[in-house]
Amino acid sequence: MIVELGHFALVLALALALVQSVLPLIGARVGDARLMETGSTTALGGFVMLALAFAALTHAYVVSDFSVLNVAENSHSAKPLLYKITGVWGNHEGSMLLWVLILSFFGALVALFGRDLPASLKANVLSVQAWITVAFLLFILLTSNPFARLDPPPFEGNDLNPILQDIGLAIHPPMLYLGYVGFSIAFSFAVAALIDGRIDAAWARWVRPWTLVAWVFLTAGIAMGSYWAYYELGWGGWWFWDPVENASFMPWLSGTALLHSALVMEKRSALKIWTVLLAILTFSLSLLGTFLVRSGVLTSVHAFATDPTRGVFILGILCVFVGGSLALFALRASSLEGGGLFAPISREGALVFNNLFLTTACATVLIGTLYPLVLEVTTGAKISVGPPFFNLTFGPLMLPLLFAVPFGPLLAWKRGDLLGAAQRLYFAAGAAFVAVLFVMAITQGAAILSALGVGLAVWLMIGSFVDLWGRASFAKAGFSNALRRLAGLPRSVFGTAIAHFGLGATLLGIVAVGAFGTETVTTMAPGQTVHAGGWGVRFEGLAPRDGPNFTEEVGRFTILDGTSEAGRIESARRLYTARQQPTTEAGISTHLFSQVYVALGDAVANGGQTVVRIWTKPLVTLIWLGCVAMAIGGLVSLSDRRLRIGAPARAKRRGGRPIAEPAE
Amino acid sequence: MSRRLRSVALGAALVLAPVTPAWLVLAATPAIAVEPGEELADPALEARARALSAGLRCLVCQNQSIDDSDAALAKDLRLLVRERLAAGDSDREVIDYLVSRYGEFVLLNPRLHWTTLALWGAPVVLLLAGGLFAVATVRRRAAEARNPALTAEEEKAVDAVLKERGL
Repeated sequence: MIVELGHFALVLALALALVQSVLPLIGARVGDARLMETGSTTALGGFVMLALAFAALTHAYVVSDFSVLNVAENSHSAKPLLYKITGVWGNHEGSMLLWVLILSFFGALVALFGRDLPASLKANVLSVQAWITVAFLLFILLTSNPFARLDPPPFEGNDLNPILQDIGLAIHPPMLYLGYVGFSIAFSFAVAALIDGRIDAAWARWVRPWTLVAWVFLTAGIAMGSYWAYYELGWGGWWFWDPVENASFMPWLSGTALLHSALVMEKRSALKIWTVLLAILTFSLSLLGTFLVRSGVLTSVHAFATDPTRGVFILGILCVFVGGSLALFALRASSLEGGGLFAPISREGALVFNNLFLTTACATVLIGTLYPLVLEVTTGAKISVGPPFFNLTFGPLMLPLLFAVPFGPLLAWKRGDLLGAAQRLYFAAGAAFVAVLFVMAITQGAAILSALGVGLAVWLMIGSFVDLWGRASFAKAGFSNALRRLAGLPRSVFGTAIAHFGLGATLLGIVAVGAFGTETVTTMAPGQTVHAGGWGVRFEGLAPRDGPNFTEEVGRFTILDGTSEAGRIESARRLYTARQQPTTEAGISTHLFSQVYVALGDAVANGGQTVVRIWTKPLVTLIWLGCVAMAIGGLVSLSDRRLRIGAPARAKRRGGRPIAEPAE
Repeated sequence: MSRRLRSVALGAALVLAPVTPAWLVLAATPAIAVEPGEELADPALEARARALSAGLRCLVCQNQSIDDSDAALAKDLRLLVRERLAAGDSDREVIDYLVSRYGEFVLLNPRLHWTTLALWGAPVVLLLAGGLFAVATVRRRAAEARNPALTAEEEKAVDAVLKERGL
């Protein structure tokens, strides 16, 4: 019964979305306030219906209702409750339902917090948002119904793929979707502005916080996915340039570009057309990612051809939305001309530089991901485009950008002083130089490229704070004065510094692991110690153990720093009983930012010996901590006064706080 | 990797969250490549073998190099690479040999060829075109600001003056 109610709620949500996609738009055309207002009501109603549908499916999973096909295929009664719940989106149908739920969640947020928006813009935005909702609800109802029943119901379910039974992967998809789908708001704003044929700096002020929210979630989601792959896979890789990863990385690259170009538009009302185009492209890449992942076209062109229903449906959605919005853009973009002028060397110029490299990098990833597919379809030739290609192309594209990052915030709007900015960066340059020398010294000059990489990371990390340092004028104003000035600075300045610092930290982690990590593969007997990368690893022995829905063989290890004990870890080979599927659970010992990573290979017949793989990973956690810093930078920036005032989240006014923010 | 596991893989690819490489999920025995005993005694040769393997695709896996894969075929290829290196082949000869046996598909880093020209050329062309376009636009707008075009009224006034003087 609850399942049928869920199905019914899903259909009702479609009906509401259909209303929402037409009435507010007409209202905005003829200037009827009541018609426009239906947008908010239907958006909220649609969200409630989808939440009910999602709750109904979750309920079916929690009570293990195997008469529902989706539950029978992806759950098991012995699974821990947490993974019963997360199993809801661990499959195609459920994850599409989550996708639409989050889509309507963002629509509801616009309805709730968009009170200050011009009524016609808000109505248009909600209608465009509803078009996307309609398309994906049709997709779910027609090709991927999660509520389909099974008769007769089986006695037990098939279980969730054990690799997905992990807390990291439980949170990862919702985070990622909040990012992915969050860009739909920027898209809807862009299309609404094109429909209206009107766009101004205020528009950018509306769009920026939404983009920032989506970007923060996407950053955190990608980082979480990367860390999950790192510890769950059992061989310590953290990024594979896999098409599925690229599908999430492309919207991140263009979303990052969008954040920066929207800044120019907001402050100087320049780059209007470009910003609108980026908003469209970013969400288009999210849709493309959904298509690539959901259609199975990546697995093989032939798999796609044998069961193309779902793939063709999403491809249709993709074509209509990308094609439609780009056509609209082509028709209307010329009416958006105008905006502030700027010299090539200026804050605007720096942000254009940023956009040029980010979008080229994004296009490179896109071409590299789709090229084998296109080539096979057109010529029949089969080639592979793998990590070496991306490292060779993406890497060099990032270097100039990373080098330029500290300059950006130091250049003035309209006309900047490059030499002046360079002089203010002398300390960062000095620190980077020392870092290069230091690395050269400890490696005896063997690792020049790595040394330069470390130098670049240090340059970025220290250079990020030069703007803050200068604005507080620690050198001139005295310490306590400077602190007071610091407290009065806009939060976005802190946000920028923290995010750019995080980028530097991530780079440092990447370079350090790549250059100074070690890998040892060997057979170990209990009591034996292996030395690697400055650490000792002593194997204590193997023992069997039972979990709730798996059995495992656990190897215990002691990590030694010199001769003293620095930690104990367990590393296991696991067998999930329902699917008879083995997995490896790596043991990881963290020491400040570095890790020792131990995975068990195959058992060796005699005397409790086993194959052991030991990696030492210096500074590896900086890769993800840097991403966390980027996300925190985004959040800090989001709390900036100018985004709070008049923009979506209408914050409580804090009384009695002096407004000492310098005009920017 | 067995046939049954591969079909699991196809299903898993459809099911997974966006950022999860499909083969992560289908790597059913996620034990890792390069087993003890495979390594060559000569460290320089072994380093070359590792570098080469990282650029060679495991043909039965999804987007995994033979260096990372635990499939039987990957192991055979790893041993083959080491055999050739030990026999004195250059890196290039090893790659040519593998391509002659398995086709271009085996290379994770596609070689420059007319079919891959667009792939390798795209980043450079896009960066240059984008850069030139940006510079041209900034210059054009600056020039326009310095010599603003006449408004419709000014145009009319000029026309009137010119006509008056019979020009």
